[in-house]
Amino acid sequence: MAGSEWTDKRPLSPHLQIWRWHATMAASIFHRVTGVGLYGGAFLITAWIVALGMGEGPYEFIEGLIFSLPGQILLYLWTMAVLFHFANGLRHLIWDGPGAGFDPKRASAVSVFNFAFAIFGAAAIWSAASFIGS
Amino acid sequence: MPSAEFQTPTKTTRGLGSAKEGTGHYIRQRVTAIALLFLVPWFLFSVIHACKAGFAGASLWVAQPLNAVLLILTFGAAFYHMRLGMQVVIEDYINKTSTRFALLLLNTFAAIAAFAAAALSVMKIWFTAGL
Repeated sequence: MAGSEWTDKRPLSPHLQIWRWHATMAASIFHRVTGVGLYGGAFLITAWIVALGMGEGPYEFIEGLIFSLPGQILLYLWTMAVLFHFANGLRHLIWDGPGAGFDPKRASAVSVFNFAFAIFGAAAIWSAASFIGS
Repeated sequence: MPSAEFQTPTKTTRGLGSAKEGTGHYIRQRVTAIALLFLVPWFLFSVIHACKAGFAGASLWVAQPLNAVLLILTFGAAFYHMRLGMQVVIEDYINKTSTRFALLLLNTFAAIAAFAAAALSVMKIWFTAGL
């Protein structure tokens, strides 16, 4: 058997269709989904800072992409992803450290809060950004 | 060697048994998370403000020594954290050994390359401004 083609016989992690949708499960799934999204976003932020280092021409090109409609939508989704991953990540740290918030009712409530935090937080950040100063 | 009998000789040869570093991964994921708990709010607030004044404003912001250092720390913690996170995603869903290895390698290289590019860009802007 060719070594590089050898496939692990151990089972993979269960995929989405295994689970019944509920708040805590959705928060867990979205923690991973937003994490993967932010992985991609980090490379876009890298492109932005590299363009800034290259000079005014490259920076204005990147700025044009950011201010285009797809750029604005992407930036808004990125903000929601950051806020969700941040809030849910903090909850993970609280689970790991103090070990609080494990009872089903609170776990569900915090999950719903984290989604609300992401949605309303992104709206608050971008409305503050467009109204306060310039 | 009590643990040896639970591993097949093939596993031992391939080095694909227990990596014995799960705790290290777990701790690093959380240490970088705690760092990002402070760095990300700073970054969000700061970068939105800095970007309002276009190229000149953004350059001036990065050129401030405190901002430059915090930016490099933010990139460092973020790229380290996301490399660890993506590693788990790859290990969870990619079963084929060759694909898994290729993606794990790509994950490490991409994260380190992007960090180098980002950190060097910050330093270039900082040093060029001479603040």
